[in-house]
Amino acid sequence: MIQAVMVMSTQGKPRLLKFYSYQPPEKHQDLVRGVFQLLSARPDSVSNFVKVDAIFGPGAKLVYKHLATLYFVFVFDSSENELAVLDLVQVFVETLDRCFKNVCELDIVFNFNKLHTILDEMILGGQVIETSSEQIMRSVEEIARLEKQSNTTSLIPKSISERFSR
Amino acid sequence: MEQLRTIGRELAMGSQGGWGQSKEFLDLVKSIGEARSKAEEDRIISRELDHLKRRLADPDVPRRKMKELLLRLVYAEMLGHDASFGHIHAVKMTHDESLPLKRTGYLAVSLFLDERHDLVILVVNTIQKDLRSDNYLVVCAALTAACRLIGEEAIPAVLPQVVELLAHPKEAVRKKAVMALHRFYQRSPSSVSHLVSNFRKRLCDNDPGVMGATLCPLYDLILEDPNSYKDLVVSFVNILKQVAERRLPTSYDYHQMPAPFIQIKLLKILAVLGSGDKQASGNMYMVLGDIFRKGDTASNIGNAILYECICCISSIFPNAKMLDAAAETTSKFLKSDSHNLKYMGIDALGRLIKINPDIAEEHQLAVIDCLEDPDDTLKRKTFELLYKMTKSTNVEVIVDRMIEYMINITDHHYKTEIASRCVELAEQFAPSNQWFIQTMNKVFEHAGDLVNIRVAHNLMRLIAEGFGEEDEGADSQLRSSAVDSYLRIVGEPKLPSSFLQIICWVLGEYGTADGKYSASYIIGKLYDVAEAHPTDDTVRAYAISAILKIFAFEIALGRKIDMLPECQSLIDELSASHSTDLQQRAYELQALLGLDKQAVENVMPADASCEDIEIDRNLSFLNGYVQQAFENGAAPYIPESERSGVVSVGNYKAQDQQETSAHALRFKAYELPPAASQASISPTTDLVPVPEPSYYKEDHQMSRSQPSGDSLSGEFGLKLRLDGVQKKWGRPAYSSSSTPSSSTSSQQATNGGVSSEVGGSTSSQARESTYGSKRQQATEVSAEKQRLAASLFGKADRKAQAGRKTAKESSSTEKVATANATPQPAKEQVIPSAPPPDLLDLGEPVSSSPPLADPFTQLEGLLGPASASPVVSETPASSTSKTPDLISIFSDDVQTGVTSGSTEPSLGVNVVAAKKGPSLQDALQKDAAARQVGVTPTGNNPILFKDLLG
Repeated sequence: MIQAVMVMSTQGKPRLLKFYSYQPPEKHQDLVRGVFQLLSARPDSVSNFVKVDAIFGPGAKLVYKHLATLYFVFVFDSSENELAVLDLVQVFVETLDRCFKNVCELDIVFNFNKLHTILDEMILGGQVIETSSEQIMRSVEEIARLEKQSNTTSLIPKSISERFSR
Repeated sequence: MEQLRTIGRELAMGSQGGWGQSKEFLDLVKSIGEARSKAEEDRIISRELDHLKRRLADPDVPRRKMKELLLRLVYAEMLGHDASFGHIHAVKMTHDESLPLKRTGYLAVSLFLDERHDLVILVVNTIQKDLRSDNYLVVCAALTAACRLIGEEAIPAVLPQVVELLAHPKEAVRKKAVMALHRFYQRSPSSVSHLVSNFRKRLCDNDPGVMGATLCPLYDLILEDPNSYKDLVVSFVNILKQVAERRLPTSYDYHQMPAPFIQIKLLKILAVLGSGDKQASGNMYMVLGDIFRKGDTASNIGNAILYECICCISSIFPNAKMLDAAAETTSKFLKSDSHNLKYMGIDALGRLIKINPDIAEEHQLAVIDCLEDPDDTLKRKTFELLYKMTKSTNVEVIVDRMIEYMINITDHHYKTEIASRCVELAEQFAPSNQWFIQTMNKVFEHAGDLVNIRVAHNLMRLIAEGFGEEDEGADSQLRSSAVDSYLRIVGEPKLPSSFLQIICWVLGEYGTADGKYSASYIIGKLYDVAEAHPTDDTVRAYAISAILKIFAFEIALGRKIDMLPECQSLIDELSASHSTDLQQRAYELQALLGLDKQAVENVMPADASCEDIEIDRNLSFLNGYVQQAFENGAAPYIPESERSGVVSVGNYKAQDQQETSAHALRFKAYELPPAASQASISPTTDLVPVPEPSYYKEDHQMSRSQPSGDSLSGEFGLKLRLDGVQKKWGRPAYSSSSTPSSSTSSQQATNGGVSSEVGGSTSSQARESTYGSKRQQATEVSAEKQRLAASLFGKADRKAQAGRKTAKESSSTEKVATANATPQPAKEQVIPSAPPPDLLDLGEPVSSSPPLADPFTQLEGLLGPASASPVVSETPASSTSKTPDLISIFSDDVQTGVTSGSTEPSLGVNVVAAKKGPSLQDALQKDAAARQVGVTPTGNNPILFKDLLG
């Protein structure tokens, strides 16, 4: 099971946090800090796997990918295959790239809700449900299209629409 | 900083248009990016939060704006700021009928809340409604939220809808419904158990995505109960075959591999289903072979599939051909330059050696390389592998390596883990008690506060009990060497508390036992310990008790020792300590100093820590006293249950009076309630003049103070529970020899390292003559690794020995000098003789073993006619090439006698082999029988046996 997905900058700033096993919000920053310290201490050209049972509990492992100014981090337990998760990270990044056309850190900062949408198509409740980046894109585009359609009503102030719906 | 500035610049560009977010949000991100300190950032965000709080509560905000406000709130919370005021707004937004707002609401809710949150009850209702929606995106959003937010109690509320959705026309919905059901199953298996069959149905879904998603819950279910899903083996194999043959839509291809993630999941499932099931495994071999053949080692994902294949093969019923393929792939991994692949290779190797330990041999150098790699992950993984393959032959090298590594790591969690592993291995495989104690000393010195206190008690126990069956001489030698090493270490700063406790205890018990050190010297050391740790009451208690013991032993021996003035002041200080425990110990010491020789002998018998203390539960020694009380007219004792209220009140009163009268130093214990009440019924008698004062007191004091010294260490209690420990170290080879002299000689024959440590001077001469001849060889730098490898993989190495002998012969002894880099001076004894396994593995010493004593020829004899083929043959019962691992397998059970006998083809072998012969033969026969039935006895997989052999 995948326990968490994190995207953070090489400065240690979280860009996306998603936990599939509950972590109290006040702990989030500690986790980010712990993972960041671990990753920033690792030299280049070593393996992409780290055991993190000190941070996430027994058996937890982490796969990360360092791309430009970002770390993409997936935390999971023993039921996943490290190399496969590494490719899952790749799928995620490829999808982002398709979605944003040459994705950069800023896209991710400003559109973290879109990242959540993409992740929700890939991983649900900690299990991988979709691994085809094409398929994911299709669903995400469909969502965007339908959202746009229903966008027309949303210019009316909240108070008025509430009165209507009563 | 430079980077931040570029972000700022790009942000400025972004604000002119682009990301579809408002200017305000862009500004927020920009100012956070430009913040120079954490404090500044916090100020910006708390200002933002104030702003959001106002706006969210404002009824005139347009709804599209609401979405953005909420996203900003999520952003602030992600940066670690409390946004709980906005949670209710997120919940409200899930009620909105506009899709973007609803989705944003659900997103925020599932990020903010969890199933135990109070607000969730408000969301459940919405989820219920949305699951019935016509818009499939709304349904999807609701399902996503349901996975996160529906707790055990809420499951029945949404379950019917979710089950209905399993047949939804949209595959995205079906997929998510499957996962939601899976999630419910994880939360509360009982409430969903009747619906489990739905997962089987979805396996036949037309959409490969749904099918792939269904594998996740099935995997979990199969892990729990593989037997109910055996019928699916054929289906899974078929699906895997179809996937591997590219029958799925090309959109599932990834880097030219057909649906790799589905393949991996299927392989995981097959590994579980095939474990210990010959028939099921038989179905899998073909498709596994196909996958191996098509295996693409160039891409990452191709290797992921191959790795999963290896895992599968090592888990299902073994097949020689498959194992060969797996071993070949593993070696490719290990030889790769990529750290990731090396990591996977080490992991795969760890799985394969469970089935066939020989495989490790081929890769010894690669493993050593990984051990020395700068990559910490790889290093740790390699230590895990070594941990798995530790045997009594290589334990010294492995544990030394582990300790060396342990000293340098700062991560407490991992340090604890590796320390406990060292302890575990040492307890299990220690070649000698001496080595065990030295190893434990190192562990305690560097990680004493991290290991379980039980380990400390075990160590003290070992020192106290010694070898058990063996002679006293060796015991006392062990103790005095422990005392030596502790006296050396004790002055060092920053020793962990538990280690100091051991030191104090051992010094107290055995410090003066061999007469090498004077009592006042030991007392001085103990006093230093107590002085240096003014805040650690436990250590001080140990120290003062140890001082007490030293005094007691000296008095008992009739020697007179003077109280050092500083020691006296320590006692005075402790007598007024806040800790009642320390106070009592100090008073006890003072009281003891006033007693005469005979009394002291009774109170503190020398070296009696292992004696059982008999507790007289009937308090028969009180009989005379009670009798006297009766004669004086006291009422007989009535048990509390039979007492009426009035009497008990009277009793309490009496007790009160008595307590005031008994204020002086009390050696009488409160422990046993009957005693107290018995005394309390005779209010007229005063306590002080006891009929037989001195012995009564002594008895009592002895039974009181003795356990108090040890009860802290828990030893008294532990003794009862840990009976099996000695067996764990069990060294039948040594204990079988009856006299000290014969024990040393046979030890030397079986294992040189041990004999030098234990037998000390007796064997040193013989050693010299044996090893002296080969000490002159030059060291080659490149040979060092090979030597290390050989000592790790020693056993397997023997097989290929013939070819390598010449190359390695040069330098067998130096190896250990490098591997055994121990700071202890005792090492000097160890070095020349310690190279346990590799001696014979590499170059045979000139003086040793005539070839006819080679245990393998003997083994061959046992097995009958043998084929000499070195390949793993498919009818393994007759193959000699298997013999080495047979031995290693069974040596786990039969342990040292057999192992050392088989590894050391020297003088003692005939004796040992003869002695152990029958059991070896039995073992081999049993193994051959097992193989005929079709089982590889791995020892690590007892379930396999249970299933197949009943």
